[in-house]
Amino acid sequence: MSNKEWPLWEVFIRSKQGLNHKHVGSLRAPDATLALDNARDVYTRRSEGISIWVVESNYIHASDPSDADSFFEPSDTKVYRHPTFYDVPDGIKHM
Amino acid sequence: MKPMDLQELEKRFQEKIDKEIKIEPNDWMPDEYRKTLIRQISQHAHSEIVGMLPEGNWITRAPNLRRKAVLLAKVQDEAGHGLYLYSSVETLGADREETIDDLHSGKAKYSSIFNYPAVTWADIGTIGWLVDGAAIMNQVALCRCSYGPYARGMVKICKEESFHQRQGFESLVTLCNGTPTQKAMAQDAMNRFWWPALMMFGPSDDESPNSAQSMKWKIKRFSNDELRQSFVDATVPQAEILGLTIPDPNLKWNEETGHYDFSPINWDEFWQVVNGNGPCNKERIEARTKAKEEGMWVREAAMAYAEKRALKKTA
Repeated sequence: MSNKEWPLWEVFIRSKQGLNHKHVGSLRAPDATLALDNARDVYTRRSEGISIWVVESNYIHASDPSDADSFFEPSDTKVYRHPTFYDVPDGIKHM
Repeated sequence: MKPMDLQELEKRFQEKIDKEIKIEPNDWMPDEYRKTLIRQISQHAHSEIVGMLPEGNWITRAPNLRRKAVLLAKVQDEAGHGLYLYSSVETLGADREETIDDLHSGKAKYSSIFNYPAVTWADIGTIGWLVDGAAIMNQVALCRCSYGPYARGMVKICKEESFHQRQGFESLVTLCNGTPTQKAMAQDAMNRFWWPALMMFGPSDDESPNSAQSMKWKIKRFSNDELRQSFVDATVPQAEILGLTIPDPNLKWNEETGHYDFSPINWDEFWQVVNGNGPCNKERIEARTKAKEEGMWVREAAMAYAEKRALKKTA
């Protein structure tokens, strides 16, 4: 068995022009070129995409799910950021 | 960690499961939940990969170009499904290469159905119809699994699998409407694959000790026997359309239960095959081990090339 595994890559696919790239999964590949080729073969066998991004998983930084409550708390308390917070007088149709 | 903390974490975990909130890779989860999923997902991945072997053998022998292109696409899908699942098992902290080595050493299992040989062309149609049919029955239920990456992989797999069963059935329709010899070939395949297909759902509920916990954690949504019954109920009318006889003298519609009754399964055969004594166990593992060992130099060369190019860039 090889002592050096191929690095892990995260795969993001733009399904059509006008939409953003979306995470679809991961794969292993020795470099970015082969990661793109493999991503095409593994994740777009049925025309699921027109553009692919691959990012080595090592470079992804994630928020900690156990801190999610306090991390996202600042926005949870600010109901006035939503239009539904405001009273609109009767008779006003489009606002 | 203090024991109280652990209890509290487990309680919160179960509350999330009960509220149908999915568990994601970095979320806290009980060790046993992680271990169960690593075992189940890696064995599922192995099944996809080993499942390519009986069918791959027929790619060069397909009766015409259309069937060949279809079979090639199907086998390619199975490879893709194996890869989605290996990625998903890695999100649980499992080492991909280790799980593959566990397959080769015999420590990890795979679906016992792939230890039966595909000896005629009719077997290929039958595998698509019955084996993929049974797999889909299982996998549709797994789309609602509590573990996010596994559930998402299953959604993708199920979308792709739906053509697998249809192409098998279509191939059998052709054989069953063909010459008497072709029809007999289809019946022979049915006779050999029916019982192994029913065994794919695993041991009966009363012999399946881990099932209750997996149901509580919503890894499983239906018991082995429930899924097996759904499969029988769905498949009998399809066999009638083909004009094939299901090799079970006790198979009959039960008005009272609204289901088909069928004979008890030969569990001795099931355990023999699971424990390595099926017709092709040795051959399958040898083929997988050979693929890994003989392909190793390619993987090493690709890595060495990537490293060399990276060095050049920084120099």
